[in-house]
Amino acid sequence: MFSEFLQYLFTGITIGATYALVALGFTIIYNASHVINFAQGEFLMIGGMGTVAFMGLGIPMFFAIILAVLLACLVGIALQRLAIAPAKNADVVTLIIITIGASIFIRGIAQVVWGKDYHVVPPFSGDEPIRLGGAVLNSQSLWVLGIGAVLVIALILFFTRTLIGRAILGTSMNKLAAQLVGVKTQMVLMLAFGLSALLGSVAGVTVAPITFTAYDIGILLALKGFVAAAMGGLGSGLGAVVGGILLGVVEAMTAGYISSEYKDAVAFSMILLVLFFMPRGLFGGRTVERV
Amino acid sequence: MFDRFLEWRMNYVLVLAIIVFVIPLLMENPFYFDLATQILIIAATVVGLNLLVGYAGQISLGHAGFYGMGAYFSAVATSAYNWPPLLALIVAAAVVGLVAWVVGRPILKLKGHYLSMATLAVGFIIAIIINNESQLTGGPDGMVVPPFSLFGWELSTFGLYSLLGLEIPGHVAWYLVAGVLLLVAVIIAQNLIDSPLGRALRSIHGSEIAARTVGVDTARYKSMVFVISAVYASIMGSVFAHFTGFITPAIAGFDYSIVLITMVVLGGMASPMGVILGAVVLKLLPQFLAGFQEYETAIFGFILMATMIFMPKGFYPTAMNAIRNKLGKSSGGKA
Amino acid sequence: MAKKSLLRRAGVLAATLATSLLVSAQAAEPIKIGSFLSVTGPASFLGDPELKTLEMYVEKINEEGGVLGRPLELIHYDDVGNASNARNFAGRLIRSDRVDIIVGGSTTGATMAAVPLVEQARIPFISLAGAVTIVDPVKEWVFKVPQSDRMAAERILWDMRRRGFDKIGLISGTGGFGASGRQQTLAVASEYGIEVVADETYGPSDSDMTAQLTNIRNTDGVDAILNFGFGQGPAIVTKNYAALDINLPFYQSHGVASDAFLDLAGDAAEGLRLPASPILIPSSLPDDDPQREVVQSYAQEYRDHWGTRVSTFGGYAYDGLMLAVQAIEAAGTTDKAAVRDELENILGYVGVTGIFNMAPDDHNGLTPESFRILEVKDGDWMLVE
Repeated sequence: MFSEFLQYLFTGITIGATYALVALGFTIIYNASHVINFAQGEFLMIGGMGTVAFMGLGIPMFFAIILAVLLACLVGIALQRLAIAPAKNADVVTLIIITIGASIFIRGIAQVVWGKDYHVVPPFSGDEPIRLGGAVLNSQSLWVLGIGAVLVIALILFFTRTLIGRAILGTSMNKLAAQLVGVKTQMVLMLAFGLSALLGSVAGVTVAPITFTAYDIGILLALKGFVAAAMGGLGSGLGAVVGGILLGVVEAMTAGYISSEYKDAVAFSMILLVLFFMPRGLFGGRTVERV
Repeated sequence: MFDRFLEWRMNYVLVLAIIVFVIPLLMENPFYFDLATQILIIAATVVGLNLLVGYAGQISLGHAGFYGMGAYFSAVATSAYNWPPLLALIVAAAVVGLVAWVVGRPILKLKGHYLSMATLAVGFIIAIIINNESQLTGGPDGMVVPPFSLFGWELSTFGLYSLLGLEIPGHVAWYLVAGVLLLVAVIIAQNLIDSPLGRALRSIHGSEIAARTVGVDTARYKSMVFVISAVYASIMGSVFAHFTGFITPAIAGFDYSIVLITMVVLGGMASPMGVILGAVVLKLLPQFLAGFQEYETAIFGFILMATMIFMPKGFYPTAMNAIRNKLGKSSGGKA
Repeated sequence: MAKKSLLRRAGVLAATLATSLLVSAQAAEPIKIGSFLSVTGPASFLGDPELKTLEMYVEKINEEGGVLGRPLELIHYDDVGNASNARNFAGRLIRSDRVDIIVGGSTTGATMAAVPLVEQARIPFISLAGAVTIVDPVKEWVFKVPQSDRMAAERILWDMRRRGFDKIGLISGTGGFGASGRQQTLAVASEYGIEVVADETYGPSDSDMTAQLTNIRNTDGVDAILNFGFGQGPAIVTKNYAALDINLPFYQSHGVASDAFLDLAGDAAEGLRLPASPILIPSSLPDDDPQREVVQSYAQEYRDHWGTRVSTFGGYAYDGLMLAVQAIEAAGTTDKAAVRDELENILGYVGVTGIFNMAPDDHNGLTPESFRILEVKDGDWMLVE
C-alpha cells in the first residue's frame, strides 16, 4: 500500500521537477517583459538534442552539454532581439502568436538539422535504480531534483542579491522608470531571455535520459510548464516551483489511483479549480490595474 | 457615391458576397472547391471567435473544443442514434452554448493570461474526453459522419443536383451553402457589433474597470459573447463534420485552437474581413508550402513571426490603412 | 497583310501539331503513383522510411525500364500525421494531379479520412496503415499491406497461450494505434482462453509509466504484460518495467518492430517478445524460407542507398508499390477498374511483410502466421517462431 503511494509520489515529483523548471523559465521572461514565451519548450529541446548532436561529433558529454546550453542561450537572446523587440508595443495576443511562430520555426530548423528520430541521452550516473521503501527511484530523477534545486536557489540569489537581477525585476515593474534610472532595458530583456534559455536547456538535458529527446518534445512540456506557472501565479518563482511539482504529483496520483486515461483531464480540472478560488494563482501577487 | 459606399458599415459584406459567388465561375477542379468550402466554413468559425478575441479582447486558447464538441455531437447523434442532421446541429449548438455559459461565468472573471490558461484547460478537457470515449466517438482514429440531409434530401459532395434547370455537382452545391452560411455569419456578427452588446464589448476591451464604473454589466456581456462565439463554433463544427464525412479528435485539440486564434490575429482582429482573409491565408499556405518538403515547418514558422512583427495589426487593417493613406494623398488630403 | 498573318498562323499551327504528334509518339506518358504520407510530425517514423522506400524503388524500376514501357512518376505529399491534411492531399492527388493509383496513408486516421474520396473517385488505394477497420468491412477500392492490429493481437495471444499464460496485464498508448490495438486485444483474448485483468493507458507524450506498471504488477494473478503502442512510449514503458524489476514475461506489439526501439530501450528490452515481419532478422531466415530472398535484398538495398537501417514500416511501402506494379502489369493498362480487379487476383505474392493472397472478401491478403515471433537477445532480434 505504502510502497505504491511512494512509487506514485516519486514519479510525480520527478515529472513535477521538470515542469517546475519549465515554469520558472516562463516566470523569468514574464517578469522581465510580461510576455508568455510559448517557445520555452524549445530551449529544453535544444538542451537535449544539442547535447546528442555535439556528442555525435565526438565531443565528450560534459562539454557537449555546455555547448548545447550555450546554443540555447544564443537562440534565446536572438529570439528576444529579432522577434520580440521589433514587435514593441504589440497586443498581448500578437506577442503570443509571435512566440508560437518562433517555436514552430525553431522546431522546423531542428527537424532539418537534427532529424526526426528519438535519441538516447546517457544518464549522468548510471542506470541502476535506487530502491527506497519498496518503491523504485531513477538515479537520474535525483539529478533532476538536485539540479533543479540548485538552479532555483541560484535564481533567488541572483534576483535578490545581484544588481543585474534587481535590474531585471525593476524593468518588469516599470520599464520607463527603470530606463530613467539608467537601466539598459534592452540589455536586461535579452539577459532575461538568455537566462530563461539557460534554465530550460539545463532542465532539458537533465531530463532527457529519462524521457528521450527529439525535435518535438518541446511542445507538450511548454504547455504543461505554462499550466504550472499560471497555477502557481505568474511572476512568482515560488509559485512556478510549487505549481510544477503539484501538477506532476497530481498527474501521477491520478494515473495510479483513479484512471490513467483521464490523468491529464483531472490535472487540467484541478488547475481550473485553483484558478476559480484564487484567480491569480496560488502565489500570484495582487496587481493594481490602472484604469 | 463611392464615398457613401466606403462609409456604409456593411460595404464589405457586399464585396464578400460578390467574391464568394463569382469564384465558382472561375474554378473547375473539384479539389479547389473542396478547399474553398473548408475555408468558408473555418472563416465563419473565426468570425465568431473574433467577437470574443477581437472585440471583447478575451483570449481563448481552447476554442477548438467547442468546434469539436459541435462536430462530434452531430456525428454521434446522426450515425449512432439516427437523428435528423438539422436537429442534431441545433441541439448540439444549444448544448455547447449551455456548456459555454456554465463554464464561462467563472472563467471570464479571470484576467489576461490566467484566462488564456483556463480556456486552454477547458479545450484540453473536451479533447481528452472525445479521444477517450472511443465506444461513442471512435477514439483517436476518428469516425465516419453521414452526409447532411434535410427531409430526405441529401447534400453530399458526391451528388448531382438540379436547380432551376441547371445541373449542379455536389461540391459546388456545398460551396454555395458554405458561402451563404459565411455571409449570414458575417451579417449577424456585424449586427451584434453595432448593437448595445457590441458597444459594451468595445468598452470592456478598452478598459474593463472603467466600463464597470459607468455601469456596464461586464460579466453578463462577456458571458454572452463567450456563448455566442461558442455557438458559432459548434454550428460550423457540425457543418464541417457533415461536409468532410470523417472527423478525428484533432479538430478539438490545442493545435487547432492555435490555428483558429492565429487566423484571427494574422488577418486582423476586430475586422470580419480581416479574419476571413486570415482564414484564407492560413488554409492555403500549407498547400503552397507543400513543395518545400522538409523546410515547410521552418518556413511556416518564419512567415508567422515575420507577419506578426511587421504587421502587428494583421494583414487587413495594415493593408486598408496603406490603401486609405494612398487614397487620402491622391485626393489632395481629404479630411 | 491579313493574308500573310493568316498564313503564318496556319503554318505555326501545322508545325505545332506535327511536333506534338511526333513527341507523343516518342515520349511515353508516365504512370502516376500518388502518395500521402506522415513524413513529419508524430508519425514520422512511419512516413519517413515509407517515402524513402517509394522514392528509391520508383527510381530503380525506372532504371530497369519502367512498367509497361512507361516510367513511373511519384507524386507525394506530407500530411504531418493530420487526418484533415491527408484528406485534402488525397483529394489533390485524385482531382488535381490525376494519379493512376494511390499507395499511402501511413496512419489509420489518414487512411480512413481519404477512403470516402477514394471510393467515390473509383481509384485503387493501397493503404500502409494497420487498423482492421480499413479492410473490414471490405471496401471495393481500398487495399491494405500491413497485417491488422487484430492479427498482431492474435499472434501474441497465441504465443502466450502456448507458454501457458492465463491472465495478462495490458498497457497501451491512447494514440490511434495503441487504442485500436487495445480494443482488438480485449475483443479476441477470450478466444485464446486468456483474461485481461489489468488495463492501463498512457498518453503519447508521457515520460513516465511507473504508476501504471505498478498497478499492473499489483494485480493478482498476472502472468504476463502486453504493451500496445508505438513511438517512444513503449521504450519508456520498457525502461520503467526493467527499473521496477518486474519479472513477468513482457510483450510488445509490432509497433516497435524497429532497431530504433532497441536503441532507445537498451538493455531493458532484453528478453521481450514481439510479432514482427522478417525484415528485422534477414540473416536468420532459413534457406528454404520463401521470403528470404526478397527480405534480404530489400534490407541490403535500403541500407546501401540511405545509409540507415531498414524499418518494418518502409517494408510496407515496398510491398505496396510492388503490389501496385504487379497489378498494373497483370492488367496491361492503368485503367483503374482493371488494376483494381488484378489487385484482387494477386495470389502467392512474396513480399517483405508476408505472402499475399488477395480475394474479393480479403483486401489484406495476410494471416497472423505471417508475423514471426521475435525475442530480444543480447541487444538484437532473435527468431523464435
